[in-house]
Amino acid sequence: MKPQSHLFKENAKKALNDANLARALNNMKAGFQDKRRATIAKLPEFQDLRDQARDLKNHTLENLDFYLSRFEDRVTEKGGHVHWARTPAEAREAVLEICRSVDAKTVTKGKSMVTEEIGLNDFLIESGLTPIETDLGEYIIQLRHELPSHIIAPAIHLNKEDVAETFRENHTQLDPNRRLDQVQDFTDEARAILRQKFQSADVGITGANFLIAETGSTVIVTNEGNGDLTQVLPKVHIVVASIEKTIPTLEDSATILRVLARSATGQEYSTYTTFSTGPRRPGDLDGPEQFHVVILDNGRSALLGTEAQDTLRCIRCGACMNHCPVYGSVGGHAYGWVVPGPIGAALDPGLIGLEEAHDLPNASTFCGKCAEVCPMKIPLPKIMHHWRVKEHEAKLSPPRFRQGLAMWAWFARRPRLYRLGANAAIGMLGRLGAKRGRFAKLPLAGGWTAHRDLPAPSRGTFQQQWARHKRSQAPSSS
Amino acid sequence: MDQPRVGLFVTCLVDLFRPVIGFSAVALLERAGCQVEVPTDQTCCGQPAYNAGDLKNSRSIAQSVIRAFEDFDYIVAPSGSCAGMLRAHYPDLFKDDPEWSPRANHLAQRTHELISFLVDIRGMASVENVGFEAQATYHDSCSGLRELGVKAQPRRLLATVEGLDLNELPGAETCCGFGGTFCIKYPDISNRMVADKTADITATGADLLLAGDLGCLMNMAGKLKREGSTTQARHVAEVLAGMTEGPAIGEPEKAPGT
Repeated sequence: MKPQSHLFKENAKKALNDANLARALNNMKAGFQDKRRATIAKLPEFQDLRDQARDLKNHTLENLDFYLSRFEDRVTEKGGHVHWARTPAEAREAVLEICRSVDAKTVTKGKSMVTEEIGLNDFLIESGLTPIETDLGEYIIQLRHELPSHIIAPAIHLNKEDVAETFRENHTQLDPNRRLDQVQDFTDEARAILRQKFQSADVGITGANFLIAETGSTVIVTNEGNGDLTQVLPKVHIVVASIEKTIPTLEDSATILRVLARSATGQEYSTYTTFSTGPRRPGDLDGPEQFHVVILDNGRSALLGTEAQDTLRCIRCGACMNHCPVYGSVGGHAYGWVVPGPIGAALDPGLIGLEEAHDLPNASTFCGKCAEVCPMKIPLPKIMHHWRVKEHEAKLSPPRFRQGLAMWAWFARRPRLYRLGANAAIGMLGRLGAKRGRFAKLPLAGGWTAHRDLPAPSRGTFQQQWARHKRSQAPSSS
Repeated sequence: MDQPRVGLFVTCLVDLFRPVIGFSAVALLERAGCQVEVPTDQTCCGQPAYNAGDLKNSRSIAQSVIRAFEDFDYIVAPSGSCAGMLRAHYPDLFKDDPEWSPRANHLAQRTHELISFLVDIRGMASVENVGFEAQATYHDSCSGLRELGVKAQPRRLLATVEGLDLNELPGAETCCGFGGTFCIKYPDISNRMVADKTADITATGADLLLAGDLGCLMNMAGKLKREGSTTQARHVAEVLAGMTEGPAIGEPEKAPGT
């Protein structure tokens, strides 16, 4: 997908003015945060599991070449095929080639952020195929020609009324007077329509939560069962996943699975956890005839060994965005790329370039909530800070901001001059503001006073008052 | 250390906007048996530069802070944000510098946020003969909470203030949207965050908002005032020190000279 992250400020502004979006985001926050808190409270070893998960992923990243090649060997042994893709274009071509080799017309898809990243749907449509998203949220946004706004809840920006409208517009074959106001109504309707698509699909495409090097298995977790129907019913199953999804062993998947759903939706486990190992074997009752894994790099290997390497531990649970007050204010679309929220702010500059994405790591108060909830203990604010350092070095921040900062720093390094300036400025401001105690408007403070009053300073700085106090040795003169 | 020498890191915002917090800090530290000094060659901890990715200026400012404070037994700041900068980020700034790294680490180890210093290091369990009639609520500022573990300490001391009722703020640990230069760079997002915060504060029915960081307090008080709220805002140290004669944050002085 074409990044729009350079439009962050504009898009954030639009999002903030969207009352419908604000309502949807408020619902999301309450739901995800409370559920996560409740389920984690029931697992005393949760913090230990975070350490284990972090360590095993660090180990994998340090030996990624080894585990990737072991994964390829195992997949091949089990009768599957691995396709390496350095770029989105290579990944798209690999998928198309497989589809063409079986003369595919219809392709069902389980939810996959990597296929969003490589813009697979549009490409398949241009190539004459019909991709159909089967995750309810993805299905809804596909009908609306929108992009996901969240990595586990792609349609989280919508309310029930929006979905009802979309279904009525698109499912014109159904009774226009049918009831459509409960989540169950949407699920039932989508299920009935998608059943036919599952049965007619030639190829099923899913993502992967893990690629297990020990067994050559790919793993998906879903709550709707759509992933299983996508990968089991068609003749061909294509997994599209990025290199950092690799883990060493089957047992390692259990460690991460124990923190994944709890962090994501507050479930102990997702409804479906599905392991796929190779194509159907003789005697198997079901399964695809062909099993392909397209493994995408797209800039990730370049992050290894850098300060942004820790972002590759991410298991895409979404906890950071569910808890982020900035994401909770502007939603996912404002970030302008497939991975929004704090992890997007830490990862995206590395994948789509700092020039495109330098606003994202700045749009954080460094409140630290994201790192607190991250099951993989990714130091998200630290990585955002790393990008700010790079941004400063590359002089990408707004010139006015840089000049203001340089001037302030010049004074801050010279305490005596700073004090003279501070005494003069605060003296004046204090006199101006004494009557009301605050300013509703002030030159050069427009960003602040547009939305809130600025409390006025007292008469004189602390240092001035302290010096007077020391001279008189009288009690506080404040 | 019967009477440790404490260097008060005033913080730029307290110095410029609300000296009473500095005086409250001195009073509390003295009550906790400390000998307090206020070095005059301090300006700011350097966070605006650090958060903007300007390491050169951050280091230069940090060096002047280290020079001014390294001889004290403790360095105490009435702010979790600035104390967090000295404690958590100075060592990082100099990690590859053989001369400054030990000095930064030495400073970091002895730097504390005011209220947690009083409780955790000086063993203060109560404030005596301090009263303030108020229905209060408390906001946990992010850096103090997550970098320094400031959570129970202010509540423990506030519970000993006569007449003060503390009602917990739902979402007390959610950022208020100040974020230093964040509120200038992204004023609209910051506004949504602080509006959400003041809605929560108003819903508690509190007439007094307390917190341990003046930046957050100026943000929340500024928004409360803009909304026409009568809820007052003060730094927790003012209440604990009993220095509540003067106006609350953003309020006019009652009579000249007070």
